Amino acid sequence: MTAAPLFIGCAAGFSGDRTDAAPPVVRTLSRLEGRRVLMFETLAERTLAIAQLARRADPAGGFEPLLDDMLRPVLAQCLANNIAIVGNFGAANPAGAAKRILAMAHELGVAAPRVAVVKGDDLSGEEHRPLLRKALGAQIGDIVSANAYLGAQPIAGALREGAQVVVCGRVADPSLAVGPILAHYGWAEDDWDRLGRATMAGHLLECGAQVTGGYFADPGMKDVAGLHDVGFPIVEIEASGDCIVSKAADTGGVVDERTVKEQLLYEIHDPAAYLTPDVTADISDAVVHALGRDRVALRGVRGHARPDTLKVTVCREGGWQGEGEISYAGPGAEARARLAGDVLRRRLEGLELRVDLIGALSLFADDAGELLAGTPARDLRDVRVRVAARHAQREEARRVAREVLALYTCGPAGGGGVRTNVTARLETRSCFVPREAVSVSWEMVQ
Amino acid sequence: MRPIPLHRLAHGRTGDKGNRSNISIIAYRPEHYEALVAQVTEERVAELFAHRHPTGVKRYLLPKLGAMNFVIDDVLDGGVNGALNLDAHGKSLVFLLLEMTVQLPEGETP
Repeated sequence: MTAAPLFIGCAAGFSGDRTDAAPPVVRTLSRLEGRRVLMFETLAERTLAIAQLARRADPAGGFEPLLDDMLRPVLAQCLANNIAIVGNFGAANPAGAAKRILAMAHELGVAAPRVAVVKGDDLSGEEHRPLLRKALGAQIGDIVSANAYLGAQPIAGALREGAQVVVCGRVADPSLAVGPILAHYGWAEDDWDRLGRATMAGHLLECGAQVTGGYFADPGMKDVAGLHDVGFPIVEIEASGDCIVSKAADTGGVVDERTVKEQLLYEIHDPAAYLTPDVTADISDAVVHALGRDRVALRGVRGHARPDTLKVTVCREGGWQGEGEISYAGPGAEARARLAGDVLRRRLEGLELRVDLIGALSLFADDAGELLAGTPARDLRDVRVRVAARHAQREEARRVAREVLALYTCGPAGGGGVRTNVTARLETRSCFVPREAVSVSWEMVQ
Repeated sequence: MRPIPLHRLAHGRTGDKGNRSNISIIAYRPEHYEALVAQVTEERVAELFAHRHPTGVKRYLLPKLGAMNFVIDDVLDGGVNGALNLDAHGKSLVFLLLEMTVQLPEGETP
């Protein structure tokens, strides 16, 4: 039996990605023969905690705030062309997102789609506390969110039953692709090699433009034409699970062996054991091979048995962060900036203050200031001082902002452009729970 | 031998999970891979990040991709949870590694 080919496009790699990414992907998918799927990945580690806070404030909220901007331009075309949509844009409220999608279809004047909701990832309720306490230890504190990374099975189940849109909360990012692949090819749940290949196809898709020239350009070394209009990826999945990466037609960006290698290794630790709920993927013998312009094949991925546990990310409130910045330019700028840093350290004794000299040394430095202390002044002429500290109390964090502001009149000569910021922090911890402790399901909503 | 900036011989990107960073280093040309493996070692990478006091540096080799993957533990001052760095994810850190110098035999070009 020869199955029709399968194409999966990705139109978002994080919450906050470009909302005009989807139309070119959908236009390209519409012209392809075979099964077509559009995927949205919008949940970074802490996005769910922010969503959970939004849901507390408004029980109807808590899903991706840009859902309308992302989906509305392409929903009707996807439904008309039988392009399935899979996304984790449900965040802390998948049922709320599903309801919104049905309303959107109604507003667009198209027939109500079959929308499925994946359930079971949310472990923030009181009834799950003993499980989390066991996994994290007694001191779990006030939990904002706790979510298990679910796998591909419920997505595949919903698609097999005819879902046109599948709304998830937390699922492992590659599983958003593995679900439709499983539904299409009908592999066994323990076909580890194929699942490993499908997972790495999903891994290449999950960050959107990161495989098509985004997070890549380095003028003179890695030039990318049309980065302002970078196209999002489309991956063809073969019956073996091997895949070919390409991108939306008539867009900027590039897919070549270099972009695919960089994304293949992105956030990978041991290349022989990339753990997901579906499989342990192994890229130690993987090869990438350019087939033509903006077409690259990935081959040689293997798979091993999936882990017995599911990863859970727990978010808690993490106090407050105060920040402030002020700039110095011209003769003696670096010396004046360093003096401003010294003044702030004296004024803010008792806080663990990080001091950066933007333009001289910032990103590569360390919170303790070791590298900066060992870096001699170089008489740089345009330097921005940035300080940051965190504290359990908001008032203490606010002191950082106030002291930077006061440098206008009390600090070194010629300080300008103060910006300050006081923000609530969220901290995450990860743990593992037995797979059978998490009850996973999906249901079609009306 | 003559010194060449690693930036001219290889590319890569940083990923992060919690307080752990992974940095890929990928040779532009397969013929340079061996020299990179010999010289871009766990020890040299640990030295570059010494001010961050990582608790471990592990290098994985992927010869079929002409690539290495460095996994550096506890190098992000707490990562997105704890770090006060503007770049709490450490997205920029591959370029700290690419500042390293590598020796190539005379006559070999980047």
